Amino acid sequence: MEAFFGNLALGFGVALTLNNIFLCFVGCMVGTLIGVLPGVGPIATIAMLLPITFGFDPTGALIMLAGIYYGAQYGGSTTAILVNIPGEATSVVTVLDGHQMAKQGRAGVALGMAAMGSFFAGTVATIFIAALGQPLTKLAQLFGPAEYFSLMIMGLVFAVVLARGSILKAICMILLGLLLATVGTDLETGQERMTLGIQDLSDGVDFAVLAMGIFGFAEIVRNLENPETRDVVRSAIGRLWPSKEDFRASYFPILRGTLIGAILGILPGNGAVLGPFASYTVEKKLAKDPKRFGRGAIEGVAGPESANNAGAQTAFIPLLTLGIPPNAVMALMVGAMTIHGIIPGPQVMTKNPELFWGMVASMWIGNLMLVIINLPLIGLWVKLLQVPYRMMFPAIMIFCCIGIYSINNSTSDVLFTAFFGVVGYTLLKFGFEPAPMLLGFVLGKLMEEKLRQALILSRGSFSTFIERPVSAGLLAVAAIMLLIALLPSIQKGRDEVFTE
Amino acid sequence: MRKCILALAAAVSLAGAAQAQTYPQRPINMVVPFAAGGPTDIVARMVAENMSKTLGQQIVVENVAGAGGTTGITRASQAKPDGYTIMMGHMGTHGAAPALYANLKYDPTKDFEPVGMAAGTPILIVTKKNFPAKDLKEMIAYLKANPDKVNQAHAGIGAVSHMTCILFNSQIGVKPTAVPYSGTGPALNDLVSGQVDYMCDQIVNLVSQIKAGSIKAMAIAMPERSPALPDVPTTKEAGMPEYEVTAWNAIFAPKDTPKEIVTALSAALDKALDDAPTKARLLELGAVLPTKAERGGDWLGGFVKKEVARWTPVLKDASK
Repeated sequence: MEAFFGNLALGFGVALTLNNIFLCFVGCMVGTLIGVLPGVGPIATIAMLLPITFGFDPTGALIMLAGIYYGAQYGGSTTAILVNIPGEATSVVTVLDGHQMAKQGRAGVALGMAAMGSFFAGTVATIFIAALGQPLTKLAQLFGPAEYFSLMIMGLVFAVVLARGSILKAICMILLGLLLATVGTDLETGQERMTLGIQDLSDGVDFAVLAMGIFGFAEIVRNLENPETRDVVRSAIGRLWPSKEDFRASYFPILRGTLIGAILGILPGNGAVLGPFASYTVEKKLAKDPKRFGRGAIEGVAGPESANNAGAQTAFIPLLTLGIPPNAVMALMVGAMTIHGIIPGPQVMTKNPELFWGMVASMWIGNLMLVIINLPLIGLWVKLLQVPYRMMFPAIMIFCCIGIYSINNSTSDVLFTAFFGVVGYTLLKFGFEPAPMLLGFVLGKLMEEKLRQALILSRGSFSTFIERPVSAGLLAVAAIMLLIALLPSIQKGRDEVFTE
Repeated sequence: MRKCILALAAAVSLAGAAQAQTYPQRPINMVVPFAAGGPTDIVARMVAENMSKTLGQQIVVENVAGAGGTTGITRASQAKPDGYTIMMGHMGTHGAAPALYANLKYDPTKDFEPVGMAAGTPILIVTKKNFPAKDLKEMIAYLKANPDKVNQAHAGIGAVSHMTCILFNSQIGVKPTAVPYSGTGPALNDLVSGQVDYMCDQIVNLVSQIKAGSIKAMAIAMPERSPALPDVPTTKEAGMPEYEVTAWNAIFAPKDTPKEIVTALSAALDKALDDAPTKARLLELGAVLPTKAERGGDWLGGFVKKEVARWTPVLKDASK
């Protein structure tokens, strides 16, 4: 317990330096901004901003990138409530009751309650991460190459199982990601593989290039093809501070939402997205009068909003403690850490305690900032939502290209990004989610490395994965999860969660 | 007024003509063939900062990483030889690369004008905590007795940890199972947790783990003990004087860069290495600086030839 507080003190010491407060603020601001704007998500933004952070120290860079991520969760709800468009995938449910409240002239109350619920959830999740981090790291000390390989298999299986839509398509995308990761110089022999004789590919596909192409460029193209229809609330925002009755109705939804979100957030495969759905379902089931839901019930805003924020933060747990990214944003974080010379994994907490605890502490500070930034700025966000997209995307494109070029001072990187932009758009058109591909890509290099190391150490015997108990256990969990997901009854339920 | 402007313009152009005689007139680009923040990059930035002061123009470090550093060196070697593009080469790009890369587009001994040695970092031989040997002699005996059991980690083909350990293994005549990692960090992680038995790497990467007692240092491959780890014996003391190796970094200019420019750069580098604050910062990293005899382009040119001759047979033999 003493160590727990000592660690938090260290974290706040790091996070409260002027520099880091500033970066946290910038991250939260940018995050809110892109969260508010429909179409530009945190994945694209982090991919685009990655090159800019190269000049910062790693802690500051990650604090800022993390700020963008959870800031976007806040911003997303603003758009959901005011415009009836979810700014982020995690605020889809907020649209249902939030926008109804706005139509009734209670937009301010909905926004205020969303902010307060999110702040409470953020605080709890911060404590959760701080408490859970240490034991998980101890466990990870037992891990050798075989265990890591099995852990990654499990992570990918979870990603498949919990992904939206077709399991087959998700598997395809993960395999494509794994394949892309094998482009480049072979680790053991130094031979070039699948480079098509192109010198620029000898170190493999650059992560930032792939991410910015698949998410950034493709997203912009997709947004351009839809004519804009926006239903910005014209009526007054109303007061922000909820009434006593609103508070009374929201206490328990916030508590339950936080708990549900925090637990689901740890799961690999974008658990943070599931949180709000689960929370909304629970609140609807528990309500005395379920008919109120969808007609502006405050519980339908308070619960899911707490859940999405809690999930957004606990999603950092597998990344920070095990080095396994649970979703695409975290996969980007892995890329960011690697670029800054930090190998994600259990050793981060012991080798870079200031980074780990500094980030944890900055999340709480960031959450506090978000409440302060968001409420007074709502008027500004409303104005911003009226700027047409066709005016914004050229600027976004130019910044992307400058960013990509500056990574390696290489023009071919910009061309590769454009190429992956086309690939990403094609995939979207055929209904393939690109996120599992990025997960596969990020884990691919490490998985191959660990697989080969495990096999070298076992002198070529595949049974090493089953003979080592921890590894066998992880593989068993993965197999069971996959089986359950393939059962017809579960699969039906899985679709329903998202259609509701 | 008009006359005034003309006079001013004439004065400016005259000053320009006068300056054309002296190098440098504009910022110099220094290509570092590795990512920012690595050991070579740090050395480059430290000496570049002081050299900029001497030369009166900024030296701008440009990181062009890839293919073990050969991407950046290839690009820099093809730059215009006017003294405005120079590069920081190292043991890999200018020693081992010819043996490792079949279609290398430059020859370390012919395509460069050597400017001078900047700084090197000594190599350590380390084992896992519970390795059954208390010194280098026992370790070598164990390696020879158990050729099938031991695993040696390295950070990928062409990495310092890969090459220096191949040299070590070939000198004692063993061929252990080599386990490749994507970097020193993960390799060290598995050495700490005892998955692999030993590795060789630059002192900067290892000091904290050795001090924490999570790995054991057997010997340091240089003539004198390092102030960073005064308890670790040299290879000479440990009975293996032939194993002496540092991961060196040196400045080169593209072939046909004018002699006086190379001399100016050499002098500026020399001055940087004698500058007390720069020296102190480099030593703090555990770096070794070249002695007076080891400075300048001529010495470096000869040294590169010796390095290529030393690494080529060792690496070719290891890949058989």
